[in-house]
Amino acid sequence: MQFHGEVGPGGAFQAGVVLAVAIILNALIFGLANTMRAVPPVFARTLAAVGVLIYVGVGFWAMFQGGLFLEYQALFGEPPGGHDGQHAGIILVELGVLFAVAGAMTTIFYALAGRVAEIRDEDW
Amino acid sequence: MRELFTADSGPLLINITLLAILFIVAIAIARLRSLFAIVMLSGVYSLVSAAWYIAVDAVDVGYTEAAVGAGMSTAVLLGAMLLTARTAKPEKPLSKIGPFLVCGATAVMLIYATVDLPGLGDPNSPANTGPGMTYVQINWFDTGVPNVVTSVLASYRGFDTMGETVVVFVAGLAVAMLLGFGERSLAETLRNKKRKDKEGDAS
Repeated sequence: MQFHGEVGPGGAFQAGVVLAVAIILNALIFGLANTMRAVPPVFARTLAAVGVLIYVGVGFWAMFQGGLFLEYQALFGEPPGGHDGQHAGIILVELGVLFAVAGAMTTIFYALAGRVAEIRDEDW
Repeated sequence: MRELFTADSGPLLINITLLAILFIVAIAIARLRSLFAIVMLSGVYSLVSAAWYIAVDAVDVGYTEAAVGAGMSTAVLLGAMLLTARTAKPEKPLSKIGPFLVCGATAVMLIYATVDLPGLGDPNSPANTGPGMTYVQINWFDTGVPNVVTSVLASYRGFDTMGETVVVFVAGLAVAMLLGFGERSLAETLRNKKRKDKEGDAS
């Protein structure tokens, strides 16, 4: 889904979710503690932040090249009709979406699954 | 009866079958009390609706539904289910009348509204004649991206997609800040469990 890039319809959101589901399945089978050792929660939430930064970074890159925010055409300073900027921009932006979605979904799952169960009456 | 089995009515039969399955699953979800079965059936519901989206040519919506609806939300609901009771509370028979009336009225209004909808893939519908057609015409010259869905999503509406990405990130952040990041509470759970095991051995 991810590497079809701009040729397939969308894809990065779904690819991110699939990546997160892989981690969740691992947690369901091998236990949450083992999965947290393999993919630390710090890594998951950093991944989400890095994804957003990649996306915004592409926007600012276009601005520094003299274009508008997120204007992929300006990425390599091409004349109109050159499409390398569009391809690179879309691939990079989708990579950012992939990281952000996978990281955020994994963080949500860790927050839910790692929660201490409610204190029951007999625990008092 | 024979017309039903000619090649033209194939998609129609598929639509009817898939929607009938959806209807049955929805009724089953509404009548069940066991939360585990409800979570599993809602996964089934998402998967069948994903198949139906593919059948009406909305491939991107279809695989979003399969990934998010059937995969992600089933897993998250399973995690949430562990923190609560296993069955829903039984309800009084009369309490169903209000929701039933609201759902019935909404259904009647929706069915009334479908009369005005253009047919599936109708080239003269407003969605296909206005900006949609313009995107299809100027896309190749503008961006050189072969898939119009992607060029609209990432290029023409890159700002919008950036907003969505930030929304996903903020959602993850909000859940983590409300419920804790997970690792510390997990360590506590494990510690409690170990203590309980020890107490169990002692007694």
